[in-house]
Amino acid sequence: MTLLQLHDVHAYYGNIHALKGITIDVDQGEIVTLIGSNGAGKTTTLRTISGLMHPRSGAILLNGARIDATQPHDVTRLGIVQSPEGRRVFSRMTVLENLEMGAFVHGKADPNDLNRVFDLFPRLKERESQKAGTLSGGEQQMLAMGRALMGKPQILLLDEPSMGLSPILVEGIFSIIQEINAQGTTVLLVEQNALMALTVANRGYVLQTGEIVLSDTAENLRKDESVRKAYLGE
Amino acid sequence: MASSMPTAPGELASGSILQRIMSGRQENLLLCLAISVFALYPLVDELFDIGRLGSMGSIMIYVLLAMGLNIVVGYAGLLDLGYAAFFAIGAYTMGLLTSPKSFFIKEGYVPEWLQHFWPALAVSWVVAAIFGVLLGAPTLRLRGDYLAIVTLGFGEIVPNFFLNAEKITNGTLGLNPVGKPSTFTIFGHKFAFAPTDQDNWYWLILAICVLSLFMIRRFYNSRLGRTWQAVREDEIAAASMGVNLVRTKLWAFALGASFAGFAGSLSAAYFQYVHPANFEFIVSITILSMVVLGGIGNIYGVIAGALLIGFFDRILTEELTPPLNSLGDALSIDFLANHNLTQDKFLIFGLALVLTMLLRPEGLFPSARRKAEFHPEEDKISEHEQQQMYDIREMDEPAVGERA
Repeated sequence: MTLLQLHDVHAYYGNIHALKGITIDVDQGEIVTLIGSNGAGKTTTLRTISGLMHPRSGAILLNGARIDATQPHDVTRLGIVQSPEGRRVFSRMTVLENLEMGAFVHGKADPNDLNRVFDLFPRLKERESQKAGTLSGGEQQMLAMGRALMGKPQILLLDEPSMGLSPILVEGIFSIIQEINAQGTTVLLVEQNALMALTVANRGYVLQTGEIVLSDTAENLRKDESVRKAYLGE
Repeated sequence: MASSMPTAPGELASGSILQRIMSGRQENLLLCLAISVFALYPLVDELFDIGRLGSMGSIMIYVLLAMGLNIVVGYAGLLDLGYAAFFAIGAYTMGLLTSPKSFFIKEGYVPEWLQHFWPALAVSWVVAAIFGVLLGAPTLRLRGDYLAIVTLGFGEIVPNFFLNAEKITNGTLGLNPVGKPSTFTIFGHKFAFAPTDQDNWYWLILAICVLSLFMIRRFYNSRLGRTWQAVREDEIAAASMGVNLVRTKLWAFALGASFAGFAGSLSAAYFQYVHPANFEFIVSITILSMVVLGGIGNIYGVIAGALLIGFFDRILTEELTPPLNSLGDALSIDFLANHNLTQDKFLIFGLALVLTMLLRPEGLFPSARRKAEFHPEEDKISEHEQQQMYDIREMDEPAVGERA
């Protein structure tokens, strides 16, 4: 069943044509990844989905209902939660307060969700009452993902979760993404680390200067000659 | 993976629930103590024949204003340079509803039950809040300097409007007299509010200050208060969490303005006079100085700032002028003999502001969060934050040389 659908989405920054007709389908229970180099439009695609910017033409549908004119706070309410680029944790709030903010749309934080996050990220439990700004980069990434999970997402948008992390941490983060998915959350993953992304994802789209140039199963993309050359460094 | 991570400097559980309750109790105890000290001031004033009760009343109105502005500037992080506009709106609401000089009273538009102090006080609270929203709504897209400039304009427009709408507001003549509370009795003490009943006025203003303090504390510790913090820290992250940015900011404007409405209507009744000159730009700046000097974002710091600047403004400059003049006489220096220190108060406030910025930019009694913002090195926060800034900058850079 198609959960999220982007149909021929065009988006602009002023006069700059950033997305030139993006069409993406994300099915229930999948991990779908968007890969591409800097400036290809990956983050813009996520911003457009989460309502931080609106497409000039085209449609975005969640469970068949259009959401392309919806405000960001209402998009969150509908079950699309983003863990934004650059982590953006609330650095003066404690870890727990950050997680509580994540549950903002539901009023109070659900203890089950909190336990789930602490099970996924035991490190956050240890640092519960520490200010988020004092966490290491990896811990902040965990917090950003945990915070997004507190919003009970139907679909979790992850923007560059591996950014600025050491290789061993990256592996950890990606295994947790798989775990989150196995627990029933659909994931749309934007990554520059194409190899890792294509390892965990079911399907992938390759974005280049605002257009989708390739879409296939992750396995086929990993084998694809042009992808190997351009994004896997071979 | 947990073991591979560098251990961040361990902060003790400063926010543990036990400690929160303990500090909460301590806070309330100190607060009650402070309130009782202020409540006893009229007796001290009488006992030692100080004769400063009237000044203390004005200072308490400043406290009310500073607490209100702190919601906008301190909690929500929106710089408002025209706060006196809401003070004016509160005062004129009280004046227009209760003064016999008011156009609305003369024309019989105001129902009899509304022409009294208490209902008018409530109405001015609401009216100021509504104007807070009216100003807030068009300015929400603006940030920082741009927002400050628009609020500055609003602060100029409102008193000028009251000055020029002569038919309604009596223009430069002002509104006088203004409604005041009728006499009531509590615990056998008769509270009358003639101009000579300074002690009763003082207690009334203090009571409204305390009421406002508890209301503001409630707001700050509520969901709304948490939302203000989130928006101040990171608007995009807050929006991603489902926070409605527009509504959050409008609430800050409305609530901030509403307490200026209280202050305005109280001062109108207290001085029995409403005049546009009482709401000039310098009033906005004075209140802002109190907030900055005391410690943006910490309500107790802000109260301390208001008391301190109020003390300078209403008491110290007046008290120091006679000794200065006699010193001038004794030394036969004309300038000192004739100089009136009250003329210098804005010089002193300006100096205080500059010194605060240089020596203690977070204010005298900062909130823990604000302090962290001004002294990142103490919080071991800067490193990560710089990294974060670096990450973001990297990402914002347009792609150089697309790889095919």
